[in-house]
Amino acid sequence: MHNNPILRISTKILFAPIILFGLYVQFHGDFGPGGGFQAGVIVASAFILYSLVFGIEEGKKLFPSNINLILLALGGIIYGGVGFVSMILGDEFLAYNILGSSPKSGQHIGILLVEFGVGLTVSNVMIALFNAFASYDRIKEK
Amino acid sequence: MISELLINAFLVTIMLSIAISLIKTRAVIFTVILTSAYSLIAALMFITLDAVDVAFTEASVGAGISTILFLAAMAYLPKKEEESISNQFIPAMSCIILGGILIWCSYDLPEIGQLTAPIHQHIAPEYIRGSKEDIGIPNIVTSVLASYRGYDTFGETIVVFTAGVAVLVLLEKKNPVKKNKSQPKQKIKKNA
Repeated sequence: MHNNPILRISTKILFAPIILFGLYVQFHGDFGPGGGFQAGVIVASAFILYSLVFGIEEGKKLFPSNINLILLALGGIIYGGVGFVSMILGDEFLAYNILGSSPKSGQHIGILLVEFGVGLTVSNVMIALFNAFASYDRIKEK
Repeated sequence: MISELLINAFLVTIMLSIAISLIKTRAVIFTVILTSAYSLIAALMFITLDAVDVAFTEASVGAGISTILFLAAMAYLPKKEEESISNQFIPAMSCIILGGILIWCSYDLPEIGQLTAPIHQHIAPEYIRGSKEDIGIPNIVTSVLASYRGYDTFGETIVVFTAGVAVLVLLEKKNPVKKNKSQPKQKIKKNA
């Protein structure tokens, strides 16, 4: 696949729009269909497409494994962190009303952060799984 | 009403034919591709039920990413499934009986979209009202998912995280290889 010009160029053209669409789904989930789970998968698919066409090594150069693993855990930490922040501010775990100046803006901030955490974890788990499956073969061959 | 019936009949027919060809096929790649197609048709079914968020998830996760991961995992599987020669009478009968029971039970379900159905009486009106007045978000699915059912979604995120970490730990073969390399040396030393 590395030498096919159609695949290479179409991947380069499609890469940014896929991530843009993922971000749109991520942050537009309050108003339309979408949210963290779907957006995470869409963003992950862009990186997986890149790895498929240019090879797993190039994919790891674009998105290093150690950053991938840190972000994988960070998503869950953001989600839990929102809960703990609302607890510290004096409300219950994951009660967003207290996060903003008014209950509604608090809910907006809470939902946005929580969805971002979900998206971060889902996308990085998918990329990490793909990398693990794709790299496993090479280690076995050695 | 008739157009809805036609669309549903069309989708169910495709689903049924995919399911039958899934039983027939023995090549693993066809199984993966047909499962992906099945998910895509399921997503269309969800759209006819007006569940756009579920359809979106089904299309992206079921038809998209899981197919890619299955294909990546397929490299370690045999190309063809082994032909099962053993008696398939009991599995077939249990499937038919279970399916029959489910179809029989479905006659007792309330009609889709019926307001007097129990599911629309319990807590759903509270969510629909509260999503607008308390949370101020037009998409009720998001407000239920992230706010009213925040604990559940937290659990789901942790499940995804745990599953990912578990697979990574299972596939991480670097350390055992190193240990295997070092173990023979130790044996040699002991022998020497």
